[in-house]
Amino acid sequence: MAMLSFEKKYRVRGGTLIGGDLFDFWVGPFYVGFFGVTTLFFSILGTALIMYGASLGPSWNPWTINIAPPDIKYGLGLAPLKEGGLWQVITICAIGAFASWALRQVEISRKLGMAYHVPFAFSVAVFAYVTLVVIRPVLLGAWGHGFPYGIFSHLDWVSNVGYQYLHFHYNPAHMIAVTFFFTTTLALSLHGALVLSAANPAPGETVKTSDHENAFFRDTIGYSIGTLGVHRLGLFLALSAGFWSAVCIVISGPFWTRGWPEWWGWWLDLPIWG
Amino acid sequence: MIFTPRLVIATAAVFAVVAFVGLLFTFERPGAIVSQTGYRGVAMEQNYNPRMLVAQQARNQPPEAIEKVDPDGQKASEVYQNVQVLGDLTEVEFLRTMTAITAWVSPEGGCAYCHAEGEELSSDKLYTKVVARRMLQMTREVNTTWKSHVADTGVTCWTCHRGLPVPEEIWFEDPGRRSASKGLIGDPAGQNAAAPAVGLSSLPNDPFTAFLVGGKDAPIRNISQTALPTDRNTSSVKQAEWTYGLMIHMSEGLGVNCTYCHNSRAFASWEQSPPQRVTAWHGIRMVQALNAGFLDPLRPTYPASRLGPTGDAPKANCATCHQGAYKPLYGAPLAKDHPELTVPNPQGQGPQPFRSSASR
Repeated sequence: MAMLSFEKKYRVRGGTLIGGDLFDFWVGPFYVGFFGVTTLFFSILGTALIMYGASLGPSWNPWTINIAPPDIKYGLGLAPLKEGGLWQVITICAIGAFASWALRQVEISRKLGMAYHVPFAFSVAVFAYVTLVVIRPVLLGAWGHGFPYGIFSHLDWVSNVGYQYLHFHYNPAHMIAVTFFFTTTLALSLHGALVLSAANPAPGETVKTSDHENAFFRDTIGYSIGTLGVHRLGLFLALSAGFWSAVCIVISGPFWTRGWPEWWGWWLDLPIWG
Repeated sequence: MIFTPRLVIATAAVFAVVAFVGLLFTFERPGAIVSQTGYRGVAMEQNYNPRMLVAQQARNQPPEAIEKVDPDGQKASEVYQNVQVLGDLTEVEFLRTMTAITAWVSPEGGCAYCHAEGEELSSDKLYTKVVARRMLQMTREVNTTWKSHVADTGVTCWTCHRGLPVPEEIWFEDPGRRSASKGLIGDPAGQNAAAPAVGLSSLPNDPFTAFLVGGKDAPIRNISQTALPTDRNTSSVKQAEWTYGLMIHMSEGLGVNCTYCHNSRAFASWEQSPPQRVTAWHGIRMVQALNAGFLDPLRPTYPASRLGPTGDAPKANCATCHQGAYKPLYGAPLAKDHPELTVPNPQGQGPQPFRSSASR
């Protein structure tokens, strides 16, 4: 595969976290690295185990394949392979693969002399996953509290966990998370619309610069966050959405067992009402 | 004082920390007891805080057993006058039942809570005696025609009363808040009132009047069978909120969550529901029948002080018996020691026929 003219400059040795020069090479356009190898190992093993689990199940329909966690009675111990043990091994593979990928991003960032924004952002998503399948199950005392691996089955899990707390929209962290998700899309749509408008002027006009973009938002809402700032804002909004999602599920069960509407009783109990 | 940015930020930070630390105390600490009721990974589970269970268990103990007696002797109807319900018991059995009722319902008021002092025992002067008689008939009705809900566990006065003359969990029609403007704001329908009846949610806070006194066709089930509203499909989100309010009451009353009776992937599907949903379905019909046939018609019997804000009689819902437990008193078989409460009502002593609310 041909190398782009400027690509050679970025193919520098070093910057690895462990293993020194081991695996410090490229295959075609792809950097390998120690963590590339571990990513491959975990993802191939995990995927193979999912196929094995599917072969044990009633269906090859991709929508209904289901790798379910163990019964709660197994607590934090190992379950028989066909009764949730597969889910446990696949979970280890998934976390291994996700963590490896994040560390591979770190190594690439170091080679490029970048800061760690990319692995940090990805880590928030991994953290949300780990919250679901490790932190919350450990706090509740059983791996059976993890979510099942299946397209329909994980949606059923989400629905039932929500209704375990009668009305999940009253979960305060869920409120914050949803607000961040919507704000993320709002910010992205404002930003995207601005960039597309500036870059696609009317016939006969020149492409607009960031000064023009700033003027537009200062005229419209009195403030422009700027070309760099909007990306910082976007990162903050998106990561906050994922972070508060993790919070909203980890407080459901370990830190609250009743209906979420009832949690707001503290507001009614404040000594400020006449 | 100058409000420098640094001062403003510092003040805001202090407020944020205080608010955050304060909020931490609104949660529970870990240690939940979880019982799994569905297939693994489906998340049909009941969650309990062990500290709160201890408090609840104290509230849900069966009464002390009343010693059994030798059934020989004269019939109560031959010894006493005006014994309309328990006349077939022998005198000693009858006295045992009276003793039990006193312990269950008015341990402090004693016999005089129903039998007016200075009057014959047969006197119906006190409304409480008239109500008590009707309650005996209601108990028999529950234990004989509603085995679909109470099975052989059965109920006694204790199931609801727990030693109190007026059960703790009764309900009246909620007059609701008056909205300032009918035109623009409309009828709030009891919403946004943070009412305990619906678990402090914003759902309509009096689903009982809507669903638990009416005839058999109270429109609790509200499932759209078509994508868009049609002449035959008038199900609406608003209507669903009433149902949701009733369901939250059921959950709170039984100390369970939605997944006790439903797999939420398909609320309506009986095939995917736990068997408890069938018991609950019969329970709703039972409460409707008891409210319409026994409790609501007692309105003229009560003094005004016992009636609700709109003048209706006290009525029952799920919490009246369950009081936060999945089975009242965790399924303690109360009725087995009181066969006098498990015989069918004779003709004319059963529920009153249902009258529509217009004629009430």
